[in-house]
Amino acid sequence: MSNQKKFIVSHAPFWLDGSRISIRSYNLMIAALPALLFGIAQYGMPAIGVITLAISSAIIWEYLWDVITKQAVTIGDGNAAVIGLLFGMLLPATAPWWFVIIGTFIAVIIGKQIYGGIGANAFNPVLVAIAILMLSWKYVFNFDGMLLNYDFNFLAVYPLAALKHFGVSGIESFNMGDLLMGQQIGGIGTGFGLGLIIGGAYLIIRGYIRWEISASFIVGMFITAMLFNLSDSARFAGPLVHLFTGYTLIGIFFLATEDSSSPVNFIPMLIYGAGAGVLTVLIRNIGVYVDGVVFAILAMNLVSPLLDMIRPKAIGKVV
Amino acid sequence: MIKRSFIGLAKPRLEYELLEDIQPELVRVPTAKKVTLFLDSPFDPYIKRENDLLKIGDKVKTGQKLQLTGDSGAYVISTVTGTISSITSFISDLGRKQTAISIEAATEEAIDETFANQSKQPGIKNLLAFLEGAPGNPNLKFFSGTEKTIGTIAILGADKDLLPVTNQYFVKSKTDAIKSGIRVLKELTGVANIVIVVPQSLMQAAGATGVQVKVVDSQYPAALPLMVMKDVLGQVVPAGKTCEDLGVCFLSAEAVASIGSAYESGQLPISKTFTLIKKDGGKILVSARIGTSVKDVFDACNIAVKDNDRIIFGGIMTGSSAYSEELPVKSDTDAIIIQDSEEIPLTTDYPCINCGDCIRICPANMPVNMLVRLLEASQYEEAVDNYDLDSCVECGLCSYVCVSRIPIFQYIRMAKKELARIKTAEATNE
Ligand code: SF4
Ligand code: SF4
Repeated sequence: MSNQKKFIVSHAPFWLDGSRISIRSYNLMIAALPALLFGIAQYGMPAIGVITLAISSAIIWEYLWDVITKQAVTIGDGNAAVIGLLFGMLLPATAPWWFVIIGTFIAVIIGKQIYGGIGANAFNPVLVAIAILMLSWKYVFNFDGMLLNYDFNFLAVYPLAALKHFGVSGIESFNMGDLLMGQQIGGIGTGFGLGLIIGGAYLIIRGYIRWEISASFIVGMFITAMLFNLSDSARFAGPLVHLFTGYTLIGIFFLATEDSSSPVNFIPMLIYGAGAGVLTVLIRNIGVYVDGVVFAILAMNLVSPLLDMIRPKAIGKVV
Repeated sequence: MIKRSFIGLAKPRLEYELLEDIQPELVRVPTAKKVTLFLDSPFDPYIKRENDLLKIGDKVKTGQKLQLTGDSGAYVISTVTGTISSITSFISDLGRKQTAISIEAATEEAIDETFANQSKQPGIKNLLAFLEGAPGNPNLKFFSGTEKTIGTIAILGADKDLLPVTNQYFVKSKTDAIKSGIRVLKELTGVANIVIVVPQSLMQAAGATGVQVKVVDSQYPAALPLMVMKDVLGQVVPAGKTCEDLGVCFLSAEAVASIGSAYESGQLPISKTFTLIKKDGGKILVSARIGTSVKDVFDACNIAVKDNDRIIFGGIMTGSSAYSEELPVKSDTDAIIIQDSEEIPLTTDYPCINCGDCIRICPANMPVNMLVRLLEASQYEEAVDNYDLDSCVECGLCSYVCVSRIPIFQYIRMAKKELARIKTAEATNE
């Protein structure tokens, strides 16, 4: 039998469409670039420091986990890098180094690996980390305080904080075009709305995130904000303010769309996105938090498996 | 290989391969020195086999009916004249226990006349007694009268899987044989309602058969029988049921042509026609006796294969890969595909990331992402009860698009097989 040729034996189908997780991860990172580069231009070296530390520490945490639990090393799939990148983008450029490292630990280990690794996390790992940190070290997310030492040629107040404390009059000096173009303070990668929209559009076209979630998020947020605005326009800002400030756009395109914690069926995706949009505005307008995106998405993550039970009938199913 | 397009928002479209207008030439593989035939009943080498009808050393003729024991009813038709050189147990890729019979061919060919003499007699008996393993593998057991009642015969003149063009070739070039096959079927089975299902391009050719022509879509998996039932014949097969349960029996165009030419000439057809797809994607239509080894086919077509290539029996999406060149052409081998080692996609052992691509592409609306989790944990019953396992039309598209490259399709096939096994075990215990 020694002269027999050895063939590859495997299962049908014998073609695959070539997609793989690493390609997905790289595309997510490419899509985040416009917003990220803008943030780096705006905040300089400290921003570079936070982002590189976030990415590298996320990768190291995952590597350590793989080694300690004796699993195959998974950092090549780029997922840890994506988590680190998105986490870093949500932070102020002046976030302390230990804060970044604790954050990526929570995201990668508690947010993802403890659940069973990629695909098994019920919540978006980045948001789990942000939520826990927000509760423990609130001041880091006080962007006005954290970015005090910067000199900008625009009004350096965090729009959502101003809105919360002074009502609509507090943000009168902002114009929508400036907000969209990133003339506001906030997280490193959250201010440049246009960049996030471009990245999101890229991901939607390439099929790496689902338009159903992003679109319904926007619609849900828009309608709720509008209703509030109509009821009391001195207290509640209009929908565009909500859309262009805080974590909204990064949430719509990069956070709510995380695969594992979001639904996959059509109607559930619509409900999930809309729910996150509605909750965001509710938390911002009547809750205690300045921004509502983080908790809104986490809340929808929680119900995502339930929502996904609404699914089309399989063919030939009689009941 | 068809790769994911840059625009990933739209679902990938996989179009069936169409037979070109130019008539491809049929390459005939010369009669091999040895053929291997599979008998669909298990073989236990450790029991006494005095009563066997076949023994090593027996001489057989071309067209002779071979049976191992009288009682199982399973038979194969010898495709050469020669001497039986081995009888062994064989396990097919989905775990079916079969008997492999090898025959060394003699130089002189002699034809067995039994069928020629009996085919003149009326009645369905001869059809069942001689043509079950004919080229194209006609699904005749449903006509035996004791089981289900068939009201419609659907002749599939399209190819089920992506690359083969075998059935289209038959519709185009063997219209007469199909026509006489239809006549025989009408007469012997008493089924009046016969339709032929073809791609758009073959409508005219199919029209010449004289039965009703139905057109099937050009996008995979439209030509899978369950999809044809739903979209062409307008009958949705309930989950867990078969087309035959609804009274529709599918026969491939080649099978009908085999029946036609058998009754026309009095000789049992012994050569299988199939599409051979080379590494560069080039197609040749080949005819070889059933039982000819893949190696002999490659030699006849001047095809070289090397270590780590992949040889596939059947189509790209649903076929099975061969571990050896010694494996023979069977009555249902519609295609043999050779993939270069460079072309073989690597798989991973990643878990499902819940991206939902499989859900969007599944033609049966299956909750594939949930199924994967259950099947990985072998929770088959739960998968049937709550996650529609038995609605799957077995197209393989979910595996094709999976980012984690999970062999979902294999899980599904294994689960179905396992469930069927449990079911029969329960039935025999009662
Ligand atoms: S093989 Fe996959 S895609 Fe095809 S019907 Fe079954 S579950 Fe759906
Ligand atoms: S395509 Fe694969 S990874 Fe994506 S949801 Fe389906 S099974 Fe999971």
